[in-house]
Amino acid sequence: MITFFTDTYHLTLRHIRTTLRIPIWLFVTLTQPVIWLTLYGQLFRRVVEIPGFEADSYIQFLTPGVIIMTAFFGSAWAGMGIIEDLQHGVIDRMLATPVNRASLIAARVAHAALTVSVQSVIIIVLGMILGASVQGGVGGVLAILLLGSLLGAGFSAISNGVALLTRREETLIAIINFFGLPLTFLSTAFMASDLMPGWIRFLAQGNPVNWAVNGARDAMLGQNWASTWSYMALLLAFVLVAGFFSTQAFRVYQRSA
Amino acid sequence: MDAISVRNLTKTYRNGVEALRGVSFNVAQGEIFGLLGPNGAGKSTTVRILATLTQPGDGTATVNGHDVVSDPAGIRRSIGYVAQASGVDRWGTGRENLVLQAQILRVPPSEIKRRVDELLEWVELTEAADKLVNTYSGGMRRRIDIAMGLVHDPSILFLDEPTTGLDPETRAALWTDLDSLRRDRQLTVLLTTHYLEEADHLCDRLAIVDQGKVVVEGTPNDLKAAIRGDTVTLEVEGDTAEAARSLRDLEDVYEVIPNGVSVIANVARGAAAIPQLVTALERSGIGVHEVTLSRPSLDDVYLQYTGHRYSAGAADQRKEA
Repeated sequence: MITFFTDTYHLTLRHIRTTLRIPIWLFVTLTQPVIWLTLYGQLFRRVVEIPGFEADSYIQFLTPGVIIMTAFFGSAWAGMGIIEDLQHGVIDRMLATPVNRASLIAARVAHAALTVSVQSVIIIVLGMILGASVQGGVGGVLAILLLGSLLGAGFSAISNGVALLTRREETLIAIINFFGLPLTFLSTAFMASDLMPGWIRFLAQGNPVNWAVNGARDAMLGQNWASTWSYMALLLAFVLVAGFFSTQAFRVYQRSA
Repeated sequence: MDAISVRNLTKTYRNGVEALRGVSFNVAQGEIFGLLGPNGAGKSTTVRILATLTQPGDGTATVNGHDVVSDPAGIRRSIGYVAQASGVDRWGTGRENLVLQAQILRVPPSEIKRRVDELLEWVELTEAADKLVNTYSGGMRRRIDIAMGLVHDPSILFLDEPTTGLDPETRAALWTDLDSLRRDRQLTVLLTTHYLEEADHLCDRLAIVDQGKVVVEGTPNDLKAAIRGDTVTLEVEGDTAEAARSLRDLEDVYEVIPNGVSVIANVARGAAAIPQLVTALERSGIGVHEVTLSRPSLDDVYLQYTGHRYSAGAADQRKEA
Protein backbone atom coordinates (compact mmCIF):
# COMPACT_ATOMS: atom_id res chain seq x y z
CA MET A 1 0.00 0.00 0.00
CA ILE A 2 2.86 2.39 0.83
CA THR A 3 4.50 1.51 -2.49
CA PHE A 4 1.23 2.38 -4.23
CA PHE A 5 1.29 5.92 -2.86
CA THR A 6 5.02 6.60 -3.32
CA ASP A 7 5.09 5.11 -6.83
CA THR A 8 1.94 6.99 -7.85
CA TYR A 9 3.46 10.20 -6.49
CA HIS A 10 6.75 9.78 -8.38
CA LEU A 11 5.05 8.77 -11.63
CA THR A 12 2.54 11.63 -11.39
CA LEU A 13 5.44 14.07 -11.08
CA ARG A 14 6.85 12.67 -14.31
CA HIS A 15 3.54 13.27 -16.15
CA ILE A 16 3.25 16.81 -14.76
CA ARG A 17 6.82 17.57 -15.85
CA THR A 18 6.07 16.31 -19.36
CA THR A 19 2.92 18.46 -19.61
CA LEU A 20 4.74 21.57 -18.42
CA ARG A 21 7.36 21.00 -21.13
CA ILE A 22 4.85 21.27 -23.97
CA PRO A 23 5.07 25.02 -24.58
CA ILE A 24 1.76 25.23 -26.43
CA TRP A 25 -0.11 23.51 -23.60
CA LEU A 26 -0.37 26.61 -21.41
CA PHE A 27 -1.38 28.74 -24.38
CA VAL A 28 -4.14 26.35 -25.48
CA THR A 29 -5.31 25.89 -21.89
CA LEU A 30 -5.68 29.64 -21.49
CA THR A 31 -7.14 30.54 -24.87
CA GLN A 32 -9.50 27.65 -25.62
CA PRO A 33 -11.95 28.45 -22.79
CA VAL A 34 -11.93 32.10 -23.87
CA ILE A 35 -12.97 31.01 -27.34
CA TRP A 36 -15.70 28.68 -26.01
CA LEU A 37 -17.04 31.22 -23.55
CA THR A 38 -17.13 34.11 -26.04
CA LEU A 39 -18.17 32.03 -29.09
CA TYR A 40 -20.98 30.05 -27.47
CA GLY A 41 -21.71 32.94 -25.13
CA GLN A 42 -22.40 35.24 -28.07
CA LEU A 43 -23.98 32.65 -30.33
CA PHE A 44 -26.60 31.52 -27.83
CA ARG A 45 -26.80 34.79 -25.87
CA ARG A 46 -30.53 35.21 -26.38
CA VAL A 47 -31.66 31.68 -25.45
CA VAL A 48 -32.12 32.87 -21.86
CA GLU A 49 -35.08 34.85 -23.18
CA ILE A 50 -36.91 31.64 -24.04
CA PRO A 51 -39.64 31.07 -21.45
CA GLY A 52 -38.62 28.25 -19.11
CA PHE A 53 -34.89 29.00 -19.32
CA GLU A 54 -34.17 29.83 -15.73
CA ALA A 55 -30.89 31.67 -15.68
CA ASP A 56 -29.86 35.28 -15.10
CA SER A 57 -27.49 35.35 -18.03
CA TYR A 58 -26.24 32.84 -20.56
CA ILE A 59 -22.62 33.30 -19.45
CA GLN A 60 -23.71 32.35 -15.92
CA PHE A 61 -25.36 29.25 -17.35
CA LEU A 62 -22.53 28.44 -19.77
CA THR A 63 -19.47 28.74 -17.48
CA PRO A 64 -19.99 25.41 -15.62
CA GLY A 65 -20.77 23.79 -18.99
CA VAL A 66 -17.46 24.93 -20.48
CA ILE A 67 -15.57 23.85 -17.35
CA ILE A 68 -16.95 20.33 -17.60
CA MET A 69 -16.61 20.14 -21.37
CA THR A 70 -12.93 21.07 -21.07
CA ALA A 71 -12.46 18.50 -18.30
CA PHE A 72 -14.17 15.84 -20.39
CA PHE A 73 -12.26 16.38 -23.62
CA GLY A 74 -8.92 16.92 -21.89
CA SER A 75 -9.12 13.65 -20.01
CA ALA A 76 -10.60 11.68 -22.91
CA TRP A 77 -7.26 12.17 -24.72
CA ALA A 78 -5.26 10.87 -21.74
CA GLY A 79 -4.84 7.46 -23.38
CA MET A 80 -2.60 8.93 -26.09
CA GLY A 81 0.18 9.19 -23.51
CA ILE A 82 0.08 5.50 -22.62
CA ILE A 83 0.10 4.53 -26.31
CA GLU A 84 3.24 6.61 -26.81
CA ASP A 85 4.81 4.93 -23.79
CA LEU A 86 3.83 1.48 -25.08
CA GLN A 87 5.36 2.19 -28.46
CA HIS A 88 8.62 3.43 -26.98
CA GLY A 89 8.99 0.55 -24.54
CA VAL A 90 8.50 2.74 -21.47
CA ILE A 91 5.74 0.52 -20.06
CA ASP A 92 7.78 -2.65 -20.57
CA ARG A 93 10.79 -1.03 -18.93
CA MET A 94 8.63 -0.25 -15.90
CA LEU A 95 6.94 -3.66 -15.83
CA ALA A 96 10.37 -5.27 -15.48
CA THR A 97 10.76 -3.38 -12.18
CA PRO A 98 8.89 -3.95 -8.88
CA VAL A 99 6.82 -0.78 -9.51
CA ASN A 100 3.29 -1.03 -8.14
CA ARG A 101 1.13 -2.07 -11.12
CA ALA A 102 -1.91 -0.02 -10.10
CA SER A 103 0.30 3.07 -9.82
CA LEU A 104 1.01 2.98 -13.55
CA ILE A 105 -2.67 3.77 -14.17
CA ALA A 106 -3.35 5.76 -10.99
CA ALA A 107 -0.59 8.26 -11.78
CA ARG A 108 -2.11 8.98 -15.20
CA VAL A 109 -5.56 9.40 -13.65
CA ALA A 110 -4.19 11.68 -10.91
CA HIS A 111 -2.40 13.73 -13.54
CA ALA A 112 -5.62 14.14 -15.52
CA ALA A 113 -7.52 15.22 -12.40
CA LEU A 114 -4.85 17.79 -11.53
CA THR A 115 -4.78 19.16 -15.06
CA VAL A 116 -8.56 19.51 -14.95
CA SER A 117 -8.37 21.43 -11.65
CA VAL A 118 -5.90 23.93 -13.06
CA GLN A 119 -8.00 24.45 -16.18
CA SER A 120 -11.19 24.77 -14.14
CA VAL A 121 -9.72 27.57 -12.01
CA ILE A 122 -8.71 29.42 -15.18
CA ILE A 123 -12.19 29.08 -16.68
CA ILE A 124 -13.93 30.17 -13.46
CA VAL A 125 -11.82 33.33 -13.42
CA LEU A 126 -12.53 33.99 -17.10
CA GLY A 127 -16.24 33.39 -16.58
CA MET A 128 -16.25 35.88 -13.73
CA ILE A 129 -14.49 38.46 -15.91
CA LEU A 130 -17.18 37.92 -18.56
CA GLY A 131 -19.97 38.43 -16.04
CA ALA A 132 -20.66 35.13 -14.31
CA SER A 133 -20.78 35.07 -10.51
CA VAL A 134 -19.95 32.25 -8.12
CA GLN A 135 -22.65 32.66 -5.52
CA GLY A 136 -21.61 29.38 -3.92
CA GLY A 137 -18.38 31.05 -2.73
CA VAL A 138 -15.16 29.17 -1.95
CA GLY A 139 -17.16 26.03 -1.18
CA GLY A 140 -18.77 26.31 -4.59
CA VAL A 141 -15.42 26.64 -6.34
CA LEU A 142 -14.00 23.64 -4.47
CA ALA A 143 -17.08 21.59 -5.34
CA ILE A 144 -16.71 22.50 -9.02
CA LEU A 145 -13.04 21.49 -8.97
CA LEU A 146 -13.92 18.20 -7.30
CA LEU A 147 -16.71 17.45 -9.78
CA GLY A 148 -14.46 18.26 -12.73
CA SER A 149 -11.62 16.18 -11.29
CA LEU A 150 -13.88 13.19 -10.72
CA LEU A 151 -15.19 13.37 -14.27
CA GLY A 152 -11.62 13.80 -15.57
CA ALA A 153 -10.38 10.87 -13.49
CA GLY A 154 -13.17 8.63 -14.79
CA PHE A 155 -12.72 9.47 -18.45
CA SER A 156 -8.92 9.32 -18.30
CA ALA A 157 -9.22 5.83 -16.77
CA ILE A 158 -11.55 4.78 -19.61
CA SER A 159 -9.28 6.39 -22.18
CA ASN A 160 -6.22 4.59 -20.78
CA GLY A 161 -8.15 1.32 -20.71
CA VAL A 162 -9.23 1.68 -24.33
CA ALA A 163 -5.65 2.62 -25.26
CA LEU A 164 -4.31 -0.54 -23.59
CA LEU A 165 -6.84 -2.71 -25.42
CA THR A 166 -6.45 -1.16 -28.87
CA ARG A 167 -2.81 0.06 -28.65
CA ARG A 168 -3.40 2.26 -31.68
CA GLU A 169 -3.69 6.02 -31.75
CA GLU A 170 -6.03 5.93 -34.74
CA THR A 171 -8.54 3.73 -32.91
CA LEU A 172 -8.54 5.93 -29.83
CA ILE A 173 -9.00 9.05 -31.96
CA ALA A 174 -11.96 7.45 -33.76
CA ILE A 175 -13.61 6.43 -30.48
CA ILE A 176 -13.20 9.87 -28.91
CA ASN A 177 -14.60 11.54 -32.03
CA PHE A 178 -17.53 9.15 -31.99
CA PHE A 179 -18.49 9.71 -28.35
CA GLY A 180 -17.14 13.19 -27.65
CA LEU A 181 -19.76 15.55 -29.05
CA PRO A 182 -22.83 13.35 -28.38
CA LEU A 183 -21.90 13.09 -24.69
CA THR A 184 -21.41 16.87 -24.56
CA PHE A 185 -24.74 17.65 -26.21
CA LEU A 186 -26.62 14.99 -24.25
CA SER A 187 -26.09 17.25 -21.26
CA THR A 188 -27.21 20.63 -20.00
CA ALA A 189 -23.84 22.16 -20.92
CA PHE A 190 -25.48 24.49 -23.46
CA MET A 191 -29.22 24.06 -23.01
CA ALA A 192 -31.53 23.98 -20.01
CA SER A 193 -32.97 20.61 -19.15
CA ASP A 194 -36.58 21.86 -19.29
CA LEU A 195 -36.16 22.88 -22.92
CA MET A 196 -34.67 19.57 -24.07
CA PRO A 197 -36.72 17.07 -26.08
CA GLY A 198 -37.92 14.30 -23.76
CA TRP A 199 -35.69 11.58 -25.18
CA ILE A 200 -32.56 13.71 -24.81
CA ARG A 201 -33.50 14.56 -21.24
CA PHE A 202 -33.94 10.83 -20.60
CA LEU A 203 -30.56 9.87 -22.08
CA ALA A 204 -28.84 12.75 -20.30
CA GLN A 205 -29.84 11.28 -16.94
CA GLY A 206 -27.37 8.44 -17.48
CA ASN A 207 -24.57 10.64 -18.81
CA PRO A 208 -21.67 11.33 -16.39
CA VAL A 209 -20.92 14.56 -18.31
CA ASN A 210 -24.44 15.74 -17.51
CA TRP A 211 -24.06 14.80 -13.83
CA ALA A 212 -20.93 16.92 -13.62
CA VAL A 213 -22.49 19.88 -15.45
CA ASN A 214 -25.60 19.86 -13.24
CA GLY A 215 -23.56 19.45 -10.07
CA ALA A 216 -21.20 22.26 -11.08
CA ARG A 217 -24.07 24.59 -11.95
CA ASP A 218 -25.75 23.96 -8.58
CA ALA A 219 -22.43 24.50 -6.79
CA MET A 220 -21.89 27.75 -8.66
CA LEU A 221 -25.28 29.04 -7.60
CA GLY A 222 -24.75 27.67 -4.10
CA GLN A 223 -28.47 26.96 -3.72
CA ASN A 224 -29.00 23.24 -3.98
CA TRP A 225 -26.12 21.55 -2.13
CA ALA A 226 -28.02 18.27 -1.76
CA SER A 227 -28.14 18.02 -5.52
CA THR A 228 -24.39 18.78 -5.79
CA TRP A 229 -23.58 16.05 -3.28
CA SER A 230 -25.71 13.46 -5.03
CA TYR A 231 -24.08 14.19 -8.40
CA MET A 232 -20.70 13.88 -6.70
CA ALA A 233 -21.69 10.47 -5.35
CA LEU A 234 -22.79 9.37 -8.82
CA LEU A 235 -19.47 10.55 -10.29
CA LEU A 236 -17.54 8.73 -7.59
CA ALA A 237 -19.32 5.53 -8.58
CA PHE A 238 -18.46 6.31 -12.21
CA VAL A 239 -14.76 6.71 -11.29
CA LEU A 240 -14.78 3.36 -9.50
CA VAL A 241 -16.33 1.58 -12.47
CA ALA A 242 -13.93 3.29 -14.89
CA GLY A 243 -10.98 2.46 -12.64
CA PHE A 244 -12.02 -1.19 -12.54
CA PHE A 245 -12.29 -1.23 -16.33
CA SER A 246 -8.80 0.22 -16.79
CA THR A 247 -7.14 -2.20 -14.36
CA GLN A 248 -8.84 -5.10 -16.17
CA ALA A 249 -7.62 -3.70 -19.49
CA PHE A 250 -4.12 -3.58 -18.01
CA ARG A 251 -4.38 -7.26 -17.05
CA VAL A 252 -5.45 -8.13 -20.58
CA TYR A 253 -2.47 -6.19 -21.92
CA GLN A 254 -0.04 -8.03 -19.65
CA ARG A 255 -1.49 -11.43 -20.47
CA SER A 256 -1.33 -10.87 -24.21
CA ALA A 257 2.26 -9.56 -24.13
CA MET B 1 24.01 -21.90 -8.29
CA ASP B 2 23.72 -20.74 -11.88
CA ALA B 3 22.66 -17.13 -12.34
CA ILE B 4 20.20 -18.19 -15.03
CA SER B 5 18.88 -21.64 -15.74
CA VAL B 6 16.51 -22.32 -18.63
CA ARG B 7 14.99 -25.75 -19.30
CA ASN B 8 12.92 -26.72 -22.34
CA LEU B 9 11.24 -23.35 -22.57
CA THR B 10 8.43 -23.06 -25.10
CA LYS B 11 6.24 -20.14 -26.10
CA THR B 12 3.46 -19.87 -28.62
CA TYR B 13 1.95 -16.42 -29.10
CA ARG B 14 -1.78 -15.94 -29.37
CA ASN B 15 -1.47 -15.32 -33.09
CA GLY B 16 -0.12 -18.86 -33.43
CA VAL B 17 3.54 -17.98 -33.91
CA GLU B 18 5.70 -20.62 -32.25
CA ALA B 19 8.50 -18.41 -30.94
CA LEU B 20 10.26 -21.00 -28.75
CA ARG B 21 10.30 -24.76 -29.29
CA GLY B 22 12.29 -25.95 -26.30
CA VAL B 23 15.14 -23.63 -25.35
CA SER B 24 17.68 -24.74 -22.70
CA PHE B 25 20.87 -23.13 -21.45
CA ASN B 26 22.65 -22.13 -18.25
CA VAL B 27 24.49 -18.92 -17.43
CA ALA B 28 27.08 -18.96 -14.65
CA GLN B 29 27.59 -16.09 -12.18
CA GLY B 30 29.76 -13.28 -13.56
CA GLU B 31 29.64 -14.53 -17.11
CA ILE B 32 28.76 -12.63 -20.29
CA PHE B 33 26.48 -15.00 -22.12
CA GLY B 34 25.20 -14.36 -25.63
CA LEU B 35 22.13 -15.58 -27.46
CA LEU B 36 23.10 -15.40 -31.12
CA GLY B 37 20.68 -15.85 -33.96
CA PRO B 38 18.85 -14.15 -36.81
CA ASN B 39 15.83 -11.89 -36.27
CA GLY B 40 12.81 -13.94 -35.28
CA ALA B 41 14.86 -16.83 -33.87
CA GLY B 42 13.35 -16.40 -30.40
CA LYS B 43 16.10 -14.45 -28.62
CA SER B 44 13.97 -11.52 -27.50
CA THR B 45 11.13 -13.79 -26.44
CA THR B 46 13.54 -15.71 -24.22
CA VAL B 47 14.77 -12.51 -22.59
CA ARG B 48 11.22 -11.19 -22.16
CA ILE B 49 10.26 -14.39 -20.34
CA LEU B 50 13.32 -14.11 -18.08
CA ALA B 51 12.52 -10.44 -17.36
CA THR B 52 8.94 -11.51 -16.35
CA LEU B 53 7.34 -9.51 -19.18
CA THR B 54 5.70 -12.50 -20.76
CA GLN B 55 4.72 -15.96 -19.54
CA PRO B 56 6.37 -19.12 -20.85
CA GLY B 57 4.29 -21.91 -22.35
CA ASP B 58 6.04 -25.03 -21.04
CA GLY B 59 9.37 -25.56 -19.37
CA THR B 60 11.02 -23.82 -16.46
CA ALA B 61 13.33 -20.87 -16.03
CA THR B 62 14.97 -19.45 -12.92
CA VAL B 63 16.87 -16.20 -12.50
CA ASN B 64 19.00 -15.88 -9.35
CA GLY B 65 17.08 -18.89 -8.06
CA HIS B 66 13.68 -17.22 -8.51
CA ASP B 67 11.20 -18.99 -10.77
CA VAL B 68 9.79 -16.83 -13.57
CA VAL B 69 6.24 -18.07 -13.01
CA SER B 70 5.97 -18.45 -9.23
CA ASP B 71 8.26 -15.62 -8.08
CA PRO B 72 8.40 -12.82 -10.67
CA ALA B 73 8.71 -10.19 -7.90
CA GLY B 74 11.96 -11.79 -6.72
CA ILE B 75 13.40 -11.53 -10.22
CA ARG B 76 12.37 -7.88 -10.76
CA ARG B 77 14.33 -6.76 -7.72
CA SER B 78 17.56 -8.34 -8.87
CA ILE B 79 17.72 -7.70 -12.62
CA GLY B 80 18.37 -4.80 -14.93
CA TYR B 81 16.53 -5.03 -18.23
CA VAL B 82 17.55 -2.98 -21.26
CA ALA B 83 15.15 -3.61 -24.10
CA GLN B 84 15.77 -3.14 -27.78
CA ALA B 85 13.14 -0.36 -27.77
CA SER B 86 15.05 1.61 -25.14
CA GLY B 87 12.13 2.56 -22.88
CA VAL B 88 13.65 5.83 -21.76
CA ASP B 89 11.23 8.74 -21.44
CA ARG B 90 12.32 11.09 -24.24
CA TRP B 91 10.60 14.07 -22.65
CA GLY B 92 12.56 13.77 -19.45
CA THR B 93 16.22 14.58 -18.86
CA GLY B 94 18.81 11.87 -18.40
CA ARG B 95 18.97 12.60 -14.70
CA GLU B 96 15.17 12.61 -14.24
CA ASN B 97 14.95 9.25 -15.97
CA LEU B 98 17.61 7.75 -13.73
CA VAL B 99 16.10 9.18 -10.54
CA LEU B 100 12.62 7.86 -11.37
CA GLN B 101 14.04 4.46 -12.30
CA ALA B 102 15.91 4.37 -8.96
CA GLN B 103 12.71 5.31 -7.12
CA ILE B 104 10.57 2.59 -8.68
CA LEU B 105 13.40 0.09 -8.14
CA ARG B 106 13.28 0.92 -4.41
CA VAL B 107 16.77 2.38 -4.12
CA PRO B 108 16.86 4.03 -0.65
CA PRO B 109 16.16 7.78 -1.14
CA SER B 110 19.37 8.75 0.70
CA GLU B 111 21.45 6.86 -1.89
CA ILE B 112 19.69 7.93 -5.07
CA LYS B 113 21.63 11.12 -5.74
CA ARG B 114 25.01 9.51 -5.21
CA ARG B 115 24.21 6.50 -7.39
CA VAL B 116 22.75 8.61 -10.20
CA ASP B 117 25.75 10.96 -10.23
CA GLU B 118 28.11 8.01 -10.21
CA LEU B 119 26.36 6.32 -13.12
CA LEU B 120 26.12 9.51 -15.17
CA GLU B 121 29.87 9.85 -14.74
CA TRP B 122 30.44 6.24 -15.68
CA VAL B 123 28.47 6.52 -18.94
CA GLU B 124 30.04 9.95 -19.57
CA LEU B 125 26.74 11.81 -19.60
CA THR B 126 27.41 14.18 -16.70
CA GLU B 127 27.38 17.20 -19.00
CA ALA B 128 24.22 16.14 -20.82
CA ALA B 129 22.48 14.98 -17.63
CA ASP B 130 20.04 17.88 -17.53
CA LYS B 131 19.19 17.92 -21.22
CA LEU B 132 16.10 16.15 -22.58
CA VAL B 133 16.84 12.61 -23.78
CA ASN B 134 15.07 13.61 -27.01
CA THR B 135 18.15 15.68 -27.86
CA TYR B 136 20.61 12.79 -27.28
CA SER B 137 22.45 11.01 -30.11
CA GLY B 138 21.94 7.29 -30.67
CA GLY B 139 25.05 6.39 -28.72
CA MET B 140 24.14 8.65 -25.79
CA ARG B 141 20.68 7.09 -25.65
CA ARG B 142 22.14 3.61 -25.55
CA ARG B 143 24.43 4.67 -22.71
CA ILE B 144 21.55 6.15 -20.71
CA ASP B 145 19.60 2.91 -21.37
CA ILE B 146 22.40 0.87 -19.87
CA ALA B 147 22.75 3.24 -16.92
CA MET B 148 18.99 2.80 -16.30
CA GLY B 149 19.52 -0.95 -16.10
CA LEU B 150 22.29 -0.54 -13.53
CA VAL B 151 20.79 2.09 -11.24
CA HIS B 152 19.86 -0.39 -8.49
CA ASP B 153 23.13 -2.33 -8.71
CA PRO B 154 21.53 -5.53 -10.05
CA SER B 155 23.41 -8.82 -10.12
CA ILE B 156 22.13 -9.68 -13.60
CA LEU B 157 21.79 -7.42 -16.61
CA PHE B 158 19.72 -8.31 -19.68
CA LEU B 159 20.72 -6.50 -22.87
CA ASP B 160 18.40 -7.14 -25.78
CA GLU B 161 20.17 -6.27 -29.05
CA PRO B 162 22.26 -3.54 -27.43
CA THR B 163 23.99 -2.39 -30.61
CA THR B 164 21.25 -2.77 -33.23
CA GLY B 165 20.79 0.42 -35.20
CA LEU B 166 24.03 1.98 -34.03
CA ASP B 167 26.68 3.15 -36.46
CA PRO B 168 29.96 1.16 -36.45
CA GLU B 169 31.89 3.72 -34.40
CA THR B 170 29.23 3.93 -31.70
CA ARG B 171 29.04 0.15 -31.67
CA ALA B 172 32.78 -0.15 -31.11
CA ALA B 173 32.55 2.40 -28.28
CA LEU B 174 29.73 0.41 -26.69
CA TRP B 175 31.79 -2.78 -26.88
CA THR B 176 34.47 -0.99 -24.88
CA ASP B 177 31.83 0.07 -22.35
CA LEU B 178 30.55 -3.47 -22.02
CA ASP B 179 34.10 -4.73 -21.58
CA SER B 180 34.62 -2.29 -18.73
CA LEU B 181 31.27 -3.36 -17.30
CA ARG B 182 32.66 -6.84 -17.00
CA ARG B 183 35.87 -5.51 -15.48
CA ASP B 184 34.39 -2.98 -13.02
CA ARG B 185 31.35 -4.83 -11.72
CA GLN B 186 30.86 -8.45 -10.84
CA LEU B 187 27.89 -8.64 -13.12
CA THR B 188 26.24 -11.46 -15.01
CA VAL B 189 25.19 -10.30 -18.48
CA LEU B 190 22.79 -12.01 -20.84
CA LEU B 191 22.84 -10.31 -24.21
CA THR B 192 21.18 -11.08 -27.49
CA THR B 193 22.66 -10.14 -30.82
CA HIS B 194 22.43 -10.97 -34.46
CA TYR B 195 25.98 -9.81 -35.10
CA LEU B 196 28.38 -12.75 -35.25
CA GLU B 197 31.45 -10.62 -34.61
CA GLU B 198 29.77 -9.04 -31.59
CA ALA B 199 29.04 -12.39 -30.01
CA ASP B 200 32.59 -13.52 -30.77
CA HIS B 201 34.11 -10.39 -29.29
CA LEU B 202 31.99 -9.92 -26.17
CA CYS B 203 30.76 -13.26 -24.94
CA ASP B 204 32.43 -15.68 -22.57
CA ARG B 205 29.97 -18.28 -23.77
CA LEU B 206 27.12 -18.24 -26.22
CA ALA B 207 24.21 -20.24 -27.51
CA ILE B 208 23.21 -20.19 -31.15
CA VAL B 209 19.44 -19.93 -31.45
CA ASP B 210 17.69 -20.89 -34.64
CA GLN B 211 13.95 -21.26 -35.21
CA GLY B 212 13.09 -21.31 -31.52
CA LYS B 213 15.77 -23.78 -30.45
CA VAL B 214 19.30 -23.67 -29.11
CA VAL B 215 21.34 -25.53 -31.70
CA VAL B 216 24.69 -25.38 -29.91
CA GLU B 217 26.19 -23.83 -26.78
CA GLY B 218 29.82 -23.18 -25.76
CA THR B 219 32.67 -20.68 -25.69
CA PRO B 220 33.35 -18.96 -29.03
CA ASN B 221 36.78 -20.62 -29.16
CA ASP B 222 35.50 -24.11 -28.40
CA LEU B 223 32.76 -23.75 -30.97
CA LYS B 224 35.21 -22.64 -33.62
CA ALA B 225 37.74 -25.33 -32.67
CA ALA B 226 35.08 -27.97 -33.16
CA ILE B 227 34.77 -26.98 -36.78
CA ARG B 228 37.16 -29.08 -38.82
CA GLY B 229 39.43 -27.50 -41.37
CA ASP B 230 39.76 -24.04 -42.87
CA THR B 231 37.63 -22.02 -45.22
CA VAL B 232 38.89 -21.04 -48.65
CA THR B 233 36.79 -18.51 -50.54
CA LEU B 234 37.44 -18.35 -54.28
CA GLU B 235 35.99 -15.54 -56.33
CA VAL B 236 35.51 -16.97 -59.81
CA GLU B 237 34.21 -15.80 -63.14
CA GLY B 238 31.15 -17.47 -64.55
CA ASP B 239 28.84 -20.00 -62.97
CA THR B 240 29.74 -20.72 -59.35
CA ALA B 241 27.65 -23.91 -59.27
CA GLU B 242 29.72 -25.34 -62.10
CA ALA B 243 32.91 -24.27 -60.32
CA ALA B 244 31.70 -26.01 -57.17
CA ARG B 245 31.16 -29.25 -59.09
CA SER B 246 34.74 -29.30 -60.34
CA LEU B 247 36.09 -28.95 -56.78
CA ARG B 248 33.79 -31.30 -54.93
CA ASP B 249 35.67 -34.55 -55.61
CA LEU B 250 39.15 -33.31 -54.77
CA GLU B 251 41.05 -34.92 -51.93
CA ASP B 252 40.86 -33.22 -48.50
CA VAL B 253 37.90 -31.05 -49.57
CA TYR B 254 35.04 -31.63 -47.13
CA GLU B 255 32.40 -29.38 -48.53
CA VAL B 256 31.91 -26.81 -51.31
CA ILE B 257 29.18 -24.18 -51.32
CA PRO B 258 28.57 -21.89 -54.31
CA ASN B 259 26.82 -18.59 -53.55
CA GLY B 260 26.61 -16.91 -56.93
CA VAL B 261 29.68 -14.71 -56.53
CA SER B 262 32.21 -17.06 -55.03
CA VAL B 263 32.78 -20.67 -54.06
CA ILE B 264 33.37 -21.45 -50.41
CA ALA B 265 35.38 -24.61 -49.80
CA ASN B 266 35.88 -26.25 -46.45
CA VAL B 267 39.25 -28.00 -46.59
CA ALA B 268 41.60 -29.90 -44.25
CA ARG B 269 44.64 -27.60 -44.55
CA GLY B 270 44.02 -24.32 -46.26
CA ALA B 271 47.54 -23.38 -47.29
CA ALA B 272 48.16 -26.75 -48.92
CA ALA B 273 44.77 -26.83 -50.64
CA ILE B 274 44.86 -23.47 -52.40
CA PRO B 275 47.19 -24.44 -55.31
CA GLN B 276 45.21 -27.63 -55.80
CA LEU B 277 41.88 -25.77 -55.91
CA VAL B 278 43.12 -23.09 -58.31
CA THR B 279 44.64 -25.68 -60.62
CA ALA B 280 41.42 -27.69 -60.70
CA LEU B 281 39.39 -24.62 -61.61
CA GLU B 282 41.77 -23.53 -64.36
CA ARG B 283 41.76 -27.02 -65.80
CA SER B 284 37.95 -26.66 -66.13
CA GLY B 285 38.48 -23.30 -67.84
CA ILE B 286 37.24 -21.20 -64.91
CA GLY B 287 39.27 -18.08 -64.11
CA VAL B 288 39.96 -17.19 -60.47
CA HIS B 289 39.96 -13.52 -59.42
CA GLU B 290 40.68 -13.73 -55.76
CA VAL B 291 41.42 -16.33 -53.11
CA THR B 292 41.05 -15.80 -49.37
CA LEU B 293 41.86 -18.21 -46.58
CA SER B 294 40.17 -17.95 -43.21
CA ARG B 295 40.26 -19.85 -39.96
CA PRO B 296 36.84 -21.09 -38.83
CA SER B 297 34.54 -18.26 -37.74
CA LEU B 298 31.22 -18.29 -35.91
CA ASP B 299 29.73 -18.03 -39.37
CA ASP B 300 31.07 -21.51 -40.07
CA VAL B 301 29.84 -22.74 -36.69
CA TYR B 302 26.41 -21.44 -37.55
CA LEU B 303 26.47 -23.13 -40.95
CA GLN B 304 27.59 -26.41 -39.43
CA TYR B 305 24.78 -26.59 -36.87
CA THR B 306 21.88 -25.08 -38.76
CA GLY B 307 22.64 -26.24 -42.28
CA HIS B 308 22.31 -22.76 -43.72
CA ARG B 309 24.52 -19.70 -44.03
CA TYR B 310 24.08 -16.96 -41.48
CA SER B 311 21.93 -14.04 -42.49
CA ALA B 312 20.64 -11.65 -39.87
CA GLY B 313 17.25 -11.36 -41.50
CA ALA B 314 16.91 -15.05 -42.36
CA ALA B 315 13.93 -15.86 -40.19
CA ASP B 316 11.99 -12.86 -41.44
CA GLN B 317 12.43 -13.97 -45.01
CA ARG B 318 11.27 -17.45 -44.13
CA LYS B 319 8.16 -16.06 -42.48
CA GLU B 320 7.31 -14.04 -45.54
CA ALA B 321 7.92 -16.96 -47.88
